[in-house]
Amino acid sequence: MSLSSRHLLGLNGVPKEDIQLILDTARTFREVLERPIKKVPTLQGKTIVNLFYENSTRTRISFELAQKRLSADTINFTTSASSAKKGETFKDTVRNIEAMKVDMIIVRHQSAGVPQYLTRISKANIINAGDGLHEHPTQGLLDIYSIIEKKGRLEGLNVCIAGDIAHSRVALSNIFGLKTMGANVSVCGPTTMIPAGIESLGVKVYNNIDKAIAENNVLNVLRIQLERDAGRRIPSLREYHQYFGITAERLEKRNKEILILHPGPINRGVEISSEVADGPYQVILDQVTNGVAVRMAVLYLLGTMHN
Amino acid sequence: MKIVLKQVNLLHPGQKLNEKNDLLIEEGIIKKIGGLDEEDFKLAKVYDFENKYCVPGFFDMHVHLREPGREDEETIETGCNAAAAGGFTAVACMPNTNPPIDSAEIVRFIKEKSSKHLVDVYPVAAATLARKGESIAPMLELYDAGAVAFSDDGSAIKTAGILRNALEYSRMINAPIIEHCEEETLADGAMNESFTSTILGLPGIPNVAEDIIVMRDIMLAEFTGGKVHIAHISSKNAVDLVRQAKKRGIRITAEVAPHHFTLTEEMLKTFDTNYKMNPPLRTRVDVEALIEGLKDGTIDCIASDHAPHSIEEKEMEFIFAPNGILGLETQIGLVFSELVHKKHLTLNQVIEKFAVNPRKILNIPVPLIKEGEAANLTIIDPDLIWTVDISKFKSKARNSPFDKRLLAGRSISVINNRKMFFEEKFFAI
Ligand SMILES: [Zn+2]
Repeated sequence: MSLSSRHLLGLNGVPKEDIQLILDTARTFREVLERPIKKVPTLQGKTIVNLFYENSTRTRISFELAQKRLSADTINFTTSASSAKKGETFKDTVRNIEAMKVDMIIVRHQSAGVPQYLTRISKANIINAGDGLHEHPTQGLLDIYSIIEKKGRLEGLNVCIAGDIAHSRVALSNIFGLKTMGANVSVCGPTTMIPAGIESLGVKVYNNIDKAIAENNVLNVLRIQLERDAGRRIPSLREYHQYFGITAERLEKRNKEILILHPGPINRGVEISSEVADGPYQVILDQVTNGVAVRMAVLYLLGTMHN
Repeated sequence: MKIVLKQVNLLHPGQKLNEKNDLLIEEGIIKKIGGLDEEDFKLAKVYDFENKYCVPGFFDMHVHLREPGREDEETIETGCNAAAAGGFTAVACMPNTNPPIDSAEIVRFIKEKSSKHLVDVYPVAAATLARKGESIAPMLELYDAGAVAFSDDGSAIKTAGILRNALEYSRMINAPIIEHCEEETLADGAMNESFTSTILGLPGIPNVAEDIIVMRDIMLAEFTGGKVHIAHISSKNAVDLVRQAKKRGIRITAEVAPHHFTLTEEMLKTFDTNYKMNPPLRTRVDVEALIEGLKDGTIDCIASDHAPHSIEEKEMEFIFAPNGILGLETQIGLVFSELVHKKHLTLNQVIEKFAVNPRKILNIPVPLIKEGEAANLTIIDPDLIWTVDISKFKSKARNSPFDKRLLAGRSISVINNRKMFFEEKFFAI
């Protein structure tokens, strides 16, 4: 069994069989992670570059750990695009990396489309670790994995993504992946955070969090970008919390069975209360462990493909 | 020197001219139309232009020549070469150079630099000092130096108050204010805002960013009696607004760029930065409205918004890459392929949009095809099938999304200022 593409650029258009294969493989690696010796020699001799143009310690560490567990050689290249812009161009950087004979590039960038562009200028397998407001496929996969782990299935489940949908790459990858796997997907947030035409993806839109909680089995709560949003698209973080924040009170009143996900990092008291973030509804730390397993699966499946 | 254009179709809507005849040009002056004797043929260089059309020289009223400031991307000379190769005998160049065209000195520099070329260059000066939108530029002095219009192209004139003053002041010389219609606070994006921008994760620029400025400008044109020309109109609502304003007798005109009626935002799915422009490529509905606007005269002109950029710059990550594409050398082909051969526009309408209306808007006399007049001509082969090859462009830059595109219709020659461009070469006549 192998994947139908040698890159993972997004979950848009990825066939169900591919997602299933990644999830099944992740399950095997999840077991490896429970062993005393958590390392397998599968990608020995492979060189992987983590090309991060945006500060994202969590995603980078998760990928790095996944690479170490698979015995790959890792090179980290972290920079901010604004500083890179002044000197060497993106293309020059990639050419330099290519010259090091790398097998795989994990890329994070604030511009959508950079992973696609990389496939045109590099021979390596490309994995998108987040591009602009576009996609973050491994996050989508690990969310899907975490839901199945807790709920046993996805088919027919009602899953709602809550928060700033318009400025989230996590939302899009979740929507594409979840729909392919048979879930009913909805989004919830203030109208200023719902992107144009999202209903055309077959996604229900809520502006009322209580209603969303009542009608869904799973709630994936997105982080509110503190700096960017207050005063522009929402009046204040206080008002956001008051009308859209996930609190224990809300969950107890509307839906005690609901599963809460959060891709992190959490803003306690904004999109989620501490009580919920640490309480029985959530699987936030499981998501972190599952993240390593899912990334190991993707690296393994792409890294052992015959190109 | 004498040249004869033999058995060419002479076409000029303003003169109601439509006949097949021989044309004798001597020292750059049209000497005879028909009635040529054996002597004329013997002493002249004869071009057999049967089945070709000889029309008044085409005028592109929206190009960026980049000089002064970015001579690595384009110069006045290479831009003019591209214009001639594309079928144009005149261009109006935009003021967003470095330094910007906001002083008589820069206007004179451009006039001087282009004075020996086949292509006439008419500078559009900045409407406000340094294009900052704070105080109006010295319009009277700029006009006397050779500027034909005023614009802060790249952005709209920042405030309604300054635009009002610019419109009132420019009334003294009857020069238009050319507006790049975009409300800055709504336009923080990299493509058209829509379902497509949502799934591509690119920040969007909604139609309303354009419409709101078109609306503002129409109201101020009406209020002041000044002339507003809408540059590169791209949205359906904006076309409707201009149509209504014209019906009410407001002094407003508009141009459209070929990429806006040939391409849609769907092209962005490739993340190719050659599809990144401002205003952005819109939707099928907008494309249809633009074509309708061209047909019914709401849109007066076609202009390329020729915007050369270096390869390094266009190869940047999508959100950082600059806006704009080349246009001079592909637009006649696109207009014939997409508008004439598809029966949206007649050849006469194309001449109106490319030769007559731009000059009327800018108060420049339209060249006549008449004995005794200076020859300022574009020769077109409407049926010539050709493939765009960016490596052959006369422009210094290569940023065109139309590379390898098959087109039907092309200019094969231009004549102006006692010079002729034919078969890739310039020569004196
Ligand atoms: Zn413009």
